[in-house]
Amino acid sequence: MFGKLSLSAVPYHDMIVMSAVYGSLLLTLVILGLITYYRKWTSLWKDWLTSVDHKRIGIMYIILSLVMLLRGLSDAIMMRSQQALAAGASHGYLHPDHFNQVFTAHGTIMIVFVAMPFLVGLMNIVIPPQIGARDVAFPYLNSVSLWLTVAGAFLVMISLGVGEFSKAGWSGYAPLTELKYSPGVGVDYWIWAFQIAGIGSLMTSINFLVTIFKMRAPGMTLMRMPIFIWTALCTLVLMVLAFPVLTVALAMLTLDRYLGMHFFTNTLGGNMMMYVNLFWIWGHPEVYIVVLPAFGIFSEVVATFSRKPLFGYTSMVFATMAIMVLSFVVWLHHFFTMGASPDVNIFFGITTMIIAIPTGVKIFNWLFTVYRGRVRFTSPMLWTLGFITTFSIGGMGGVLLASPPADYVLHDSLFLIAHFHTMLISGSLFGYFAGYSYWFPKAFGFTLNEKWGKPAFWCWLIGFYFAFAPLYILGFMGMPRRMYHYSNLAWHPYLVVAAGGLALILIGVLCQMIQLVVSIKQRQDTRDLTGDPWDGRTLEWAMSSPPAVYNFAAIPTVYDIDAFTDMKEKGIAYQKPDRYHDIHMPKNTGDGFINGILVFLFGFAMVWYIWWLAVLCALGMLFLLIVRASDDDTEYTIPAAEVEEIENLRYRQLASAAEMNRLAGGRGEPEILPQV
Amino acid sequence: MKRKKNLVMIGLLSLFGVVFLGGCSNILLFHPKGPIGDAERFVIIVAIALMLIVVIPVAVMDVLFPRKYRSTNPKATYMPKWSRSAKIEWVVWLVPAVIITILGTLIWHFTVHLDPYKPIDTGVKPVNIEVVSMDWKWLFIFPDQNIAAVNQLVFPVGVPLSFRITSDTVMTSFFIPQLGSQIYAMAGMQTRLHLLADEPGTYLGQNQHFSGRGFTGMHFKAIAVSPKEFEAWIQKVKQSPDKLDPARYQELEKPSANYPVSLFSSVTPGLFDGIIRKYNKTMNMNPRVVKEASESIHLKTGVSEGN
Repeated sequence: MFGKLSLSAVPYHDMIVMSAVYGSLLLTLVILGLITYYRKWTSLWKDWLTSVDHKRIGIMYIILSLVMLLRGLSDAIMMRSQQALAAGASHGYLHPDHFNQVFTAHGTIMIVFVAMPFLVGLMNIVIPPQIGARDVAFPYLNSVSLWLTVAGAFLVMISLGVGEFSKAGWSGYAPLTELKYSPGVGVDYWIWAFQIAGIGSLMTSINFLVTIFKMRAPGMTLMRMPIFIWTALCTLVLMVLAFPVLTVALAMLTLDRYLGMHFFTNTLGGNMMMYVNLFWIWGHPEVYIVVLPAFGIFSEVVATFSRKPLFGYTSMVFATMAIMVLSFVVWLHHFFTMGASPDVNIFFGITTMIIAIPTGVKIFNWLFTVYRGRVRFTSPMLWTLGFITTFSIGGMGGVLLASPPADYVLHDSLFLIAHFHTMLISGSLFGYFAGYSYWFPKAFGFTLNEKWGKPAFWCWLIGFYFAFAPLYILGFMGMPRRMYHYSNLAWHPYLVVAAGGLALILIGVLCQMIQLVVSIKQRQDTRDLTGDPWDGRTLEWAMSSPPAVYNFAAIPTVYDIDAFTDMKEKGIAYQKPDRYHDIHMPKNTGDGFINGILVFLFGFAMVWYIWWLAVLCALGMLFLLIVRASDDDTEYTIPAAEVEEIENLRYRQLASAAEMNRLAGGRGEPEILPQV
Repeated sequence: MKRKKNLVMIGLLSLFGVVFLGGCSNILLFHPKGPIGDAERFVIIVAIALMLIVVIPVAVMDVLFPRKYRSTNPKATYMPKWSRSAKIEWVVWLVPAVIITILGTLIWHFTVHLDPYKPIDTGVKPVNIEVVSMDWKWLFIFPDQNIAAVNQLVFPVGVPLSFRITSDTVMTSFFIPQLGSQIYAMAGMQTRLHLLADEPGTYLGQNQHFSGRGFTGMHFKAIAVSPKEFEAWIQKVKQSPDKLDPARYQELEKPSANYPVSLFSSVTPGLFDGIIRKYNKTMNMNPRVVKEASESIHLKTGVSEGN
């Protein structure tokens, strides 16, 4: 009846796991209790779970990402503390089986359930308004993608208390992930969580690609798109091309495990290097998928807070495109040590190094945007400045690893770990944090508290160096990655320092949590009445904060790269349209959410071999698809009168903001004079 | 206030210095004991030096530019429209391009030179060693001497070592950091590695690639001794009562970590090739593997591997 599932799947005996399980359950209960107490169930369902509004979907993506970030961080705490303890005679407090699950979960979560949802969430919030659109091309598909990602995240979370997670590393190298070497359900959890979220990402990429190509405001030619749109576009192209490879690789591994095929087995003509190749044909572009949008965010932030247009826009566009193309011809640098001929290694080594050129160009362009600007040290700007140097140092490690002879000694060492964490933390995470504080007022209508934002940055930055600089050294000392215990005592002090660095990062995270609470409490004082708190340069700042559901009452016309700056200079930024029109918007629907539940149950059933449930869920999804496809009543109309009412409110708000600004003496900010 | 900040910075930097330079002699990759590791250290140092040409200016500009052009400094020039300069753009494209060209050329040369498959030519006949990666231990077979050892690799100084490597389990990576290059061990396939030790000593040897529960216990001592001592060691192993016959191999195959050092006075002939063959019921299409496999047949018929 329940396949392999029985009560013994719950790890009662493991105190550490069980405390995490009880903790998560308690937290869930508290949240459910709060929702009930404040009678928010209807609002939750009507305004959020069934929403197809890109702004709300974006917010939900980012909430998912932040929750999973906490989970990923707790995995990091366990790894760093275990390695700080388990030297020589001491074996620390984690069993190797548990430690191996922890680092596998950490990698999977941080890439698939933190980086991806964060960047997709930011894209959701920013792309439509930046191109002057009212929504994405396929709002319902957007909702489906979100709930697929959430379903994948839930699979990872439930593996904590029911069964186990994979013990074979986030990259899941065969043949270790084959049934012979990993007979448990852990790898299956990993496969289905990864697969489901991956399909969600693929759908997102198609959706946004169409949005960017088809829904730009009149006048926004490709070379007038904001740089964030350019980086997002290149990211989306990478996603469309790379994710199917992951889908196929995971599907082949699934066939190996479920139907006894032998694509990647040791025997019967299987070849593990085929898996490794396929995985990295997705995996390397994936690195650029998570870093390119962050480059876009840095570009927006650095221009806004230097009060200057981005230096070398055209260079930046071509650099981004160069990275996009090159990222598909470098994957083999992940396994120079497989014994390929020198010619193969030279080709992939040099293509990898070439990526350093466009990346270097970008770094200098950001620096020259600051040059002769008027720099305001807000927290988005701090994240950007912190990123520039840190990322360059990480890039140095990258070029080293791209040299086959250096990689022969540094491969799979902690040097590698230090390198890619430098790239992903400074390159991606700092970028997302910059985007988070930069666009937070746009999404919620009030700014984040800077008194807590700045210490958060400093703790992260300094903590980062203390946590990862020792790992570079440990790489040179020959320490491999993924060790739950080691007998070489020379490594020990460095790992203690690294653990200290993580502690500092955690203080940074704590600051961010306090920042959020404090900001919500003070929201009446920090309200963003104008919709343009930073003197922004792109179209999203032309909307109110938070924007009306339709974003723009009248679609703006674009004449310049920095479209909004251009409008402000011409004095047409807040011009009232002659008359308002009816606006068609997509209706909310619960189908995406229900589909997510079905997919989650399907994944769970597949993990535990509960075939009847899997079949039932698959049929349910098919049924839902047919019902949705035959539904013609998916849109509603906002009458012009209602639009006018909303817009008039907005103009009153602008007028009061201008009045407040005048009373405050202007503070050097450009005066906002709406032409009512 | 500013002085206090500077003091904090100096404190942090010196703490870094103490921690990182304190254990200098332990930084194995900077203390190689053979020509391969030596050349790899050279590549690492040259590459770092070349890249610092870009990274140092970036770090300096990253501090100076925002400092000088802070919004509270009205004396600094402000050019609100300036976003283009052909001169600067040429420089920022060309300088990294030139550095990468130099580095690329260097890497090209060294990748050919340091190909793990390339025999080391010193005029001395190499020692042939067959390495089998198992769950979770290393088996070293000396085919010419017909002896074997688990988790201990003894070899002569100044004599090239010619490794043939395979795995009887999942993929692992065979690595002696102070001698240089590592290479994957994969079931059903053979990889090659050539190393040479210049100095006698005991070096760390390990599996660099995660391979499951016992992974951390999969390390060995690589002991470089004089040729004379090596001969003596062979004689000692020949006295060992332990023989690596099929039954003993079956026992060895059982997963175990931190396996004690074991010495075998004899080995079933063709054991290494048999381990590869048992996974290859169908032909492996990798041309390099096929070529190596046919070479190994020559070895078995008594033709020694002349360089």
